[in-house]
Amino acid sequence: MGEPLLEVIDLRVHFETDDGLVKAVDGISYTVERGETLGIVGESGSGKSVSSLTVMGLTRARNARISGTVRFDGQDLLTASDEEMRAIRGDDVAMIFQDPLSSLHPFYKVGKQIAEAVRAHREVSKAQAWDRAVEMLGLVGIPEPRRRAESYPHEFSGGMRQRAMIAMALANDPKLLIADEPTTALDVTVQAQILELIERLQSEFDTAVVVITHDLGVVAEMADEIAVMYAGRIVEKANADTIFAAPEHPYTWGLLSSIPRLDSPRGEELVPISGRPPSLINLPGGCSFHPRCPYVREAHKRVDPTLDEVPADPNHLVACLLAPEVRRQLWSELRTGVAPDEARKDVMTEEEVA
Amino acid sequence: MTDVAQPSGDTIMEVRDLVKHFPIRAGFLQRQVGAVQAVDGVSFDVIRGETLGLVGESGCGKSTTARLLLRLMAPTAGSIRFDGREIAHIKGSELKALRRDMQMIFQDPYSSLNPRKTVGSIIADPFVIHRMNPEGGRKRAVQELMDTVGLNPEHYNRYPHEFSGGQRQRIGVARALALKPKVIVADEPVSALDVSIQAQVLNLLRDLQRDLGLTLIFIAHDLSVVRHMCDRVAVMYLGKIYELATSEQLYAHPRMPYTGALMSAVPVPDPRLAAAKKRQLLSGDVPSPTNPPPGCRFHTRCWKAQEVCREEDPPLEIKEGGNVAACHFPLTDAEVLERVPTARNVTG
Repeated sequence: MGEPLLEVIDLRVHFETDDGLVKAVDGISYTVERGETLGIVGESGSGKSVSSLTVMGLTRARNARISGTVRFDGQDLLTASDEEMRAIRGDDVAMIFQDPLSSLHPFYKVGKQIAEAVRAHREVSKAQAWDRAVEMLGLVGIPEPRRRAESYPHEFSGGMRQRAMIAMALANDPKLLIADEPTTALDVTVQAQILELIERLQSEFDTAVVVITHDLGVVAEMADEIAVMYAGRIVEKANADTIFAAPEHPYTWGLLSSIPRLDSPRGEELVPISGRPPSLINLPGGCSFHPRCPYVREAHKRVDPTLDEVPADPNHLVACLLAPEVRRQLWSELRTGVAPDEARKDVMTEEEVA
Repeated sequence: MTDVAQPSGDTIMEVRDLVKHFPIRAGFLQRQVGAVQAVDGVSFDVIRGETLGLVGESGCGKSTTARLLLRLMAPTAGSIRFDGREIAHIKGSELKALRRDMQMIFQDPYSSLNPRKTVGSIIADPFVIHRMNPEGGRKRAVQELMDTVGLNPEHYNRYPHEFSGGQRQRIGVARALALKPKVIVADEPVSALDVSIQAQVLNLLRDLQRDLGLTLIFIAHDLSVVRHMCDRVAVMYLGKIYELATSEQLYAHPRMPYTGALMSAVPVPDPRLAAAKKRQLLSGDVPSPTNPPPGCRFHTRCWKAQEVCREEDPPLEIKEGGNVAACHFPLTDAEVLERVPTARNVTG
């Protein structure tokens, strides 16, 4: 298999603010292989966006403290100079942002903006770059690309702008595409078009994709591997099938049972996760999920869990202090519709006896 | 058309041929050169105590319809009967009195609350506006409302910024409930909230609706949320209703290809089902409502469209299974199952 395309080891991004140190990302590690898709799932404030912005070298603010290693294709991105980063960004690594309107310049024609991205990294004439822009617009399914390249961003609909963003991101055949909530601002029908497009282009160019989203449906459709983030850390990581079929972390269970889904019987009660995400300045001690966890024990408020392998599956990592047998029993009860409180009663008594 | 929009049960609202066109003016004399046909002939009934969903892509007219129902704007044509009374063109004090019976919950819990007012006075506002003094005083009434929606009544004197998104949305719900309205319109009430918080607000709305016997008109673009919340669902496209059915029926047997495509597009949080699905993609975007296509408005994006679809606008009529749909070539169950694997589970 060789070296992974992207290797992130123990990445920490802390911001110093007047209110205190914000631990936006607090020791995360993951790898992405060529052509593979990693999904990073989490709520707002879980650190999912900051972690990927750091990979792109976009969090180098004066108040940011960054440590760890980000190795891309053999090169360490955290120690790379700004100039080196500029050469990589937009060329080998490209990014799609959530809001396509604010990511495109309103004064310049769409075609020109894409051509500029090409000319920033390739020694080509303006005419060649323009042709490449038109080609890319056609590739992402914009009708009459030669004419539409002359349009301004405000003349495009939301879905078309997102396509233009993707065209720009892919114009230099990147090895890695980071998509931060690529479809959140779009209608479902357009979302489906964009997901299909990313998948198609990925299989054509063997691009690796990191997709960051809060939508479990989107990662289920796209990702090979999924990392679930909570309060700046990865709390669970496994391949997509496992995350949905045999999740091990109470937060993942909470996410899965709090969304209404089309494939479950109607009228099924939603089980929300109580409370709200913690402040990143003042994280709860011990397991940072403990104030919201229905299965919390006294000890969990003091001990910090580590991301460990699940006994039966070395590719499945989870950071939870509950014993593996207890977790398995809880999930088997939860999936048959037992409420968290009921499920807890069963295991709590058992463990207290032991 | 009128007959098929008429379900059984005690109707609280009857909407007939509702039209809202926004004029486009241009030139020195500001002459009208066209119109955005936001809502173009919509008819349906709302049954007392039900949750009626309105779904569709952005620009389909669902929010405009809701604003017309609440009479936040006046319709261009058509009739709205509320509790047997025509309200499409009432004005002044009559309109103000109507507001007591109809309230709204907004999408954005940040911009819909005045940051300079305490939560107590935000929730008490409806009492002030309508010069009402509930039994036991306004403060007590407000604290009872806060308790109903799951807010701590002691936080009466706090400001909106001290609350999280989910809690702010609860404040919005409490304000909507203050006057004990008969109908509440919720326009995308959870789309600005985090996943784990969404469920809290959805459960709250559902419990309140059950306990207080509210009639809820629920607008959302998320089809899974709509299915979870609504008894009946109307699917809108370019200012018209193209399908209307009970949730059970609609999600198991969509008849209109547009409904099928919407459902097929919803990402399923199950990798195995997702892999088995034949995603029904719609090409392009919704056409402009200034100049909607002739015939069936969906024909430009429909994979089943034939010559007749380009010429004749299909009427809303009862199709196989009881759905009311407007389509010349409705979907068969086999076509549905191929594209919407989740429909199978729904039927079971």
